[in-house]
Amino acid sequence: MSTPATTTGSRADSLRRRIRRPNLPKPRLPRRDRGLLKQEEIVPWSLADRIGLAAAWFCGLLLCAIAGSIVIYMLVRGLQYLSVDALLEHPVSLSTTQITGTAGGYLDPIEGTLILTALGTLIALPIGVGTAVWLSEYGKPAGLARAVESGVEIVAGTPTIVLAIFGLLVFTQGAFGFLSFKAEGGAVFGRSFLIAGIMMSLIAVPLIVGATREALQSIPAHVREASYALGKDKISTIRRVLLPASRKGIATGTTLGMGRIAGDTAIVILLLGGTSTLEPQGGTPILGTLKGTGSTLTSYVYNNSPAGEGNAPEKAYAAAFVLLIIVILMNFTVDLISRQRSDPWAR
Amino acid sequence: MRRRFGLQKAGPRNRSDQRAELLLGALACVVLALIAGMIFFVFEKAWPSFTHNGVAWFSPWAGGNADDELVAIFQSPGDPAHYVYTMHAWPLIYATVLITATAVVISTVFAVLSAMFIVEFAPAGIRRVLEPVVRLLAAVPSVIYGLIGILVVVKFFNDHLIAQSAKDSVAGVAALNGFSWGVGALILTVMITPIMIAIVVDALRSVPIGWKEGSVSLGVNRWRALWTVSVRAARPAIVAAAVLATARALGEAIMLSMVTGSVGFQPNPIDGFIFFIEPARPLAATIVDNAEGLSVTPFAQTLYAFAAVLLVSAAFLSFGGWYIRRRLRAYTLSPI
Repeated sequence: MSTPATTTGSRADSLRRRIRRPNLPKPRLPRRDRGLLKQEEIVPWSLADRIGLAAAWFCGLLLCAIAGSIVIYMLVRGLQYLSVDALLEHPVSLSTTQITGTAGGYLDPIEGTLILTALGTLIALPIGVGTAVWLSEYGKPAGLARAVESGVEIVAGTPTIVLAIFGLLVFTQGAFGFLSFKAEGGAVFGRSFLIAGIMMSLIAVPLIVGATREALQSIPAHVREASYALGKDKISTIRRVLLPASRKGIATGTTLGMGRIAGDTAIVILLLGGTSTLEPQGGTPILGTLKGTGSTLTSYVYNNSPAGEGNAPEKAYAAAFVLLIIVILMNFTVDLISRQRSDPWAR
Repeated sequence: MRRRFGLQKAGPRNRSDQRAELLLGALACVVLALIAGMIFFVFEKAWPSFTHNGVAWFSPWAGGNADDELVAIFQSPGDPAHYVYTMHAWPLIYATVLITATAVVISTVFAVLSAMFIVEFAPAGIRRVLEPVVRLLAAVPSVIYGLIGILVVVKFFNDHLIAQSAKDSVAGVAALNGFSWGVGALILTVMITPIMIAIVVDALRSVPIGWKEGSVSLGVNRWRALWTVSVRAARPAIVAAAVLATARALGEAIMLSMVTGSVGFQPNPIDGFIFFIEPARPLAATIVDNAEGLSVTPFAQTLYAFAAVLLVSAAFLSFGGWYIRRRLRAYTLSPI
């Protein structure tokens, strides 16, 4: 195996080249050595090292196997049971299926997922961005800032099922009757798209706060100083310079939050009323739907799995496949956003 | 007030700017108040359940069958003076700890080794495919894992791994039909490992290349350079990943309620192999399973007590993780 020293130049020259282009000696091998040249290893591979290397390979290959089998299994099952017509049909219950033979579709769950995701994101976005801007650009008094920070961290760690029953506790109070509807006795039902959306936004807020803060902090101080030097005050600097520059971070955080909202089940089961079709409340077209109950793909999968009442695995597989496609699309969006050319100063 | 120009937090001030600061500050305060309100109201609602049981609520030696107690609470008379509150939640807490700890320990080891594989040893082709797939797996909703678990893994355990003699041996005590804490922990491991791998891979990549080069220049082999320098420098991130994974595992309700059998049974390690296939039910899954009973006041208060325990553990977890990270950061210089 030849070294660069044999080709040209002095020792120092070859050393520098080796540091910069470590693959020169073995151009045909893949870059697995990452600059660590095997022939320079003085410490021999002890038994522990060999076991460690073997374990790393084992774990990596096992990971490939598990990941591959999950993806392929869902793909096969999904394509097996999914029919395109069913995407535009309303769901029916199992008893209807047994009587009439129609399997029903998943139009309402898909609509429910889209409505809930949009609603949760719309609520979470201003709150998350506002909090992040305050934390990173103002943050005075410091004690309050630290309290807000730890509060956001606590929400990030709170199980969604706890958020769900907290939502039930709050929104069944009489004062929040306008968000859902009242039963005959005057008791507030406390379950609707609006309520589920509000609680869902709490899942997304920590992600948006984190991503926005990171983006704001990566903008160097001289960008702010340049804006101040042009006579802009702080809030216009934030609005015109800092927020546009951190668009990428905000978008990444928001999309991650959307994925989490679309995938959450606990809040949907407890706060969306558990009707398989959209049941608007009151006459107003859009507001009525938001105040009404419905289902999402996650609750549809849960209810049609053997754990729920439906026990129709083929429906569950098909809906899970649709849900997986939505999640993959969101993942793909995050990838696209983070691969975009960032603004010249932001990293 | 004039402040020194050039600091990140300074800048020209005027009326509209001050108004904006107040507005944004008020928004942050609302968020804070909401969180404080959540903790307060959940505890306020849960309080009767704790006060009526005292230490027995948490005690491993209190005895009693959690499921029977839940039924008794659900059927308690309508008169508030005669509400039944007796709840010895140890089997549920035990199941939560058992499943979470098993999954987190396995997946921490697995995630660190897999991240090392991805960063250092994997051929370029495998790495290119594996990284997006890992990120995808981290984003798959838990209900899909639950579906695979209940329709494939549980069935497989029931049909092929559990002998009829084993089922007969505990016939009167618990049903061994594949629904078990072992399956729950297994699927939970698969669920949280990708989350951890994504964080650990980022951390291993962000270790300054000079550190590794330094160790290589001393003649250390590839594995040891990675293990003693990169992994050690990435310790804060590994802790952060473990904390995040533990939070997800603690709060996982839907998937575990689907595959763990929904029985308030306490798996016993002295049962040998059967131990792993005994049913159980963690706290979060208990809330999901019993959500219909929330209209019964004492029952709801008991469920909120479960939620309060989860809330406190999540808060302790995030502060504990923060503390450990700060301690470790002192030794690594790495801004992770």
